[in-house]
Amino acid sequence: MSARTRSLRVIGATGVLAVCAMLAFMTLDAGGRWDFVLPFRGTKLAAMLLVGYAIAVSTVLFQTITNNRILTPSTMGFDALYVLIQTTFVFALGSEAFSSLDRRIVFLIEAGAMIIFANLLYRMLFSGAVRGLHLILLVGIVFGILFRSLSNLMQRMIDPTAFVALQDRFFASFNAVDQQLLGVSALVVLAASVAVWRLRHVYDVLALGRDAAIGLGVEHRRAVFAILSIVAVLVSISTALVGPVTFFGLLVANFAYQMIPSHRHVFVIPAAVLIAFLVLVGGQVILERIFAFDTALSIVIEFIGGIVFIVLVVRGTAR
Amino acid sequence: MIQVRNLTKTYGDAVVVNNVCLDLPKAGITSIIGANGAGKSTLLGMVSRLVPMDAGTVTVDGLDVTKAPSDVLARRLSILRQDNHVVSRLTVRDLVTFGRYPHSKGRPTAEDAAAVDRALAFLELDGFADRFLDEMSGGQRQRAYVAMVLCQDTDYVLLDEPLNNLDLKHAASMMRLLRRMADELGKAIVIVLHDINFASCHSDVIVGMRQGAVVCTGTPEDIIRSDVLRELYDVEIKVHVIDGHRIAIHCG
Repeated sequence: MSARTRSLRVIGATGVLAVCAMLAFMTLDAGGRWDFVLPFRGTKLAAMLLVGYAIAVSTVLFQTITNNRILTPSTMGFDALYVLIQTTFVFALGSEAFSSLDRRIVFLIEAGAMIIFANLLYRMLFSGAVRGLHLILLVGIVFGILFRSLSNLMQRMIDPTAFVALQDRFFASFNAVDQQLLGVSALVVLAASVAVWRLRHVYDVLALGRDAAIGLGVEHRRAVFAILSIVAVLVSISTALVGPVTFFGLLVANFAYQMIPSHRHVFVIPAAVLIAFLVLVGGQVILERIFAFDTALSIVIEFIGGIVFIVLVVRGTAR
Repeated sequence: MIQVRNLTKTYGDAVVVNNVCLDLPKAGITSIIGANGAGKSTLLGMVSRLVPMDAGTVTVDGLDVTKAPSDVLARRLSILRQDNHVVSRLTVRDLVTFGRYPHSKGRPTAEDAAAVDRALAFLELDGFADRFLDEMSGGQRQRAYVAMVLCQDTDYVLLDEPLNNLDLKHAASMMRLLRRMADELGKAIVIVLHDINFASCHSDVIVGMRQGAVVCTGTPEDIIRSDVLRELYDVEIKVHVIDGHRIAIHCG
């Protein structure tokens, strides 16, 4: 059996399981009140799918341009950067002006700022100038701490009502999704996906490393700029919707690499997305319906993801 | 012809390549030799647009490498650097198929598949096509990478120390392969070599570098001589003619 057929089978099987999880999520324990249950759960499901998609795609693409399977946008401080941008906004405008502005416009401006800053800060790091995984990882951690500390500083200086409003958004929770943002997020994800699709032939070559990619005629700087921008937008979306989720991307991307017997991104990216759907929706169903506790999915995911991260770092060092 | 003019590269205060002017012919094997840190790899890196230059120009058949579109250059010049490591798990065929990327743009045709098969056969890798790279010996892996650049089907093939990690037998067979690529397929091959005697026996032209500058260019007869080598390496090296080849001998 060729790698192609086996990859397609894995994707098919994961897809079927993900759809089952979605059906279970929508229908289990509905208690007959469909007019309430369907829209209520529908928004939650939509948010989970958007976030899962954004995190899976952004992580795989990020790992492709960094040629590394341990780094993720969140371990490199991307979501902390988004939180910082958001906090700076509230700080600069004041909470009244901030809350009177249309959330969707604010989100688009924040995502734009995110693209610019992500490219300014990170392009140097991934253009091949800095070698050595540990150095890059360290820079990412330092960036993350810097962004978080700056956010914290500003959050202490703004007035308490604004602080509470901000704080609410930064706790990862699929139960308290920002509904206003769902529509605009879906549109932005669609636009990002078009960009992802148009670059589809470049990813496999980029995964060979900078030198090989340039040797094969890829405009490396331009490709890295485009992909970092896509990653920045997708991270903005997932962070805006549910707050920072650190290890989830690492988890689904590495599951996808393990399960797909091919290096090709046309298989790896869909697999990572479907695994993200399955883990998020399936995990939520199990936690809500079987164990009957409501909020802890992100904690469980972070716990498992954190262990996977440590294992990967240790193995990466050993190699 | 590849024309290098006033090429300079500095890292901080260290001048790694210093005002180099050089013409590389569009045929045969050209070897670049010199001591560690002489700037050989950096020169090759700048010629192949992988390393940005601080001053000077490089043109490949009239195309300026810093200005010409990367994909146009990729159909004229291929480069293989040292220490190739790929994160993804690739089979030999996957890797060699990447060599067709400048032509196929990610959609390999039947014609591309045929070119891949020819390259595999040329490097005697037919039996290994579906093996994973991480399951192969260093020598086989190196051949797979050379098959990839061969498959790119460019007039110029640049190789940075292709004999690294190869034992004597595999190094010799690699050099014979490169000779065949030059003679039978008409490729112009430029290699950075550490072993003076491989350079002496298999090159048409040898370029000697020292402290970032090209100090001599010529045929093996011109370069593999005691006085020239002493200037290049700062050690006493005797040269004997054995079976028509000039062999450099250095003891301690």
